[in-house]
Amino acid sequence: MRVALVRRPIDAAALLAEVAGDECGATTLFVGTVRDVNDGRGVTGIDYTAYDAMALREMEAIANEASERYGTPHVVIEHRLGTLAVREASVVVAVSHARRAPALDASRYVIEELKRRVPIWKREHYLDGTREWVDPTGRGTAEAARTSGVAALSAPTPDPRPAVGVSEESRL
Amino acid sequence: MTVTVLLFASYADALGRSTVELPLPDGATVGDVVSGLGRIAGAAGRLPAAPMVAVNQSYASYDQVVRAGDEVAVIPPVAGG
Repeated sequence: MRVALVRRPIDAAALLAEVAGDECGATTLFVGTVRDVNDGRGVTGIDYTAYDAMALREMEAIANEASERYGTPHVVIEHRLGTLAVREASVVVAVSHARRAPALDASRYVIEELKRRVPIWKREHYLDGTREWVDPTGRGTAEAARTSGVAALSAPTPDPRPAVGVSEESRL
Repeated sequence: MTVTVLLFASYADALGRSTVELPLPDGATVGDVVSGLGRIAGAAGRLPAAPMVAVNQSYASYDQVVRAGDEVAVIPPVAGG
């Protein structure tokens, strides 16, 4: 297992090679990319930022959970930070397993949990030159949130896990 | 005690800074941190009423007690991927 936050393009082929194993009959590669439209607005790029130390901890927890739940040590997650253009990969998840079903399920588990609880944020750049932080809860941006007094406390309570240091990359 | 609160993304923009030094009584909870943030100059109404909070890099409930030296962070809705 390995998780990382990177500030350079993600080499998906390298991740594929990294999860390879003689016992593996199935390998999945999920690649999340910047698309040119969101909610009907033309998007030209996205700034990704993170609470790095906590994001790495959550990513490590997710990789561990996927590994235990689906029975494979071959799980690698890289998420890119910084400013990305349309078509560039923001996240890559590579999983390999003896069988296809758990490989696919583990990949889905990782990306869904990552989107649900890893403290990473994105600010979209629009065709008209404006930029806005994306709020997937659908409550709108900070401007809307600050006037609506939304209640958003739905913090997940992950399983206890070993403490890890603050590092750009952590090999499990 | 004084607790340093980390702000990120839209919340850092809303308050115009990425950290806030917050004086709190001993025994204060995460909920007290959130109410304390609402009382700092210029912050009124700029953050949601009940944002997610992390203590020492783990999501925390509002009744968790905060100790001096804890790393407290207010977490905007996450949007990775």
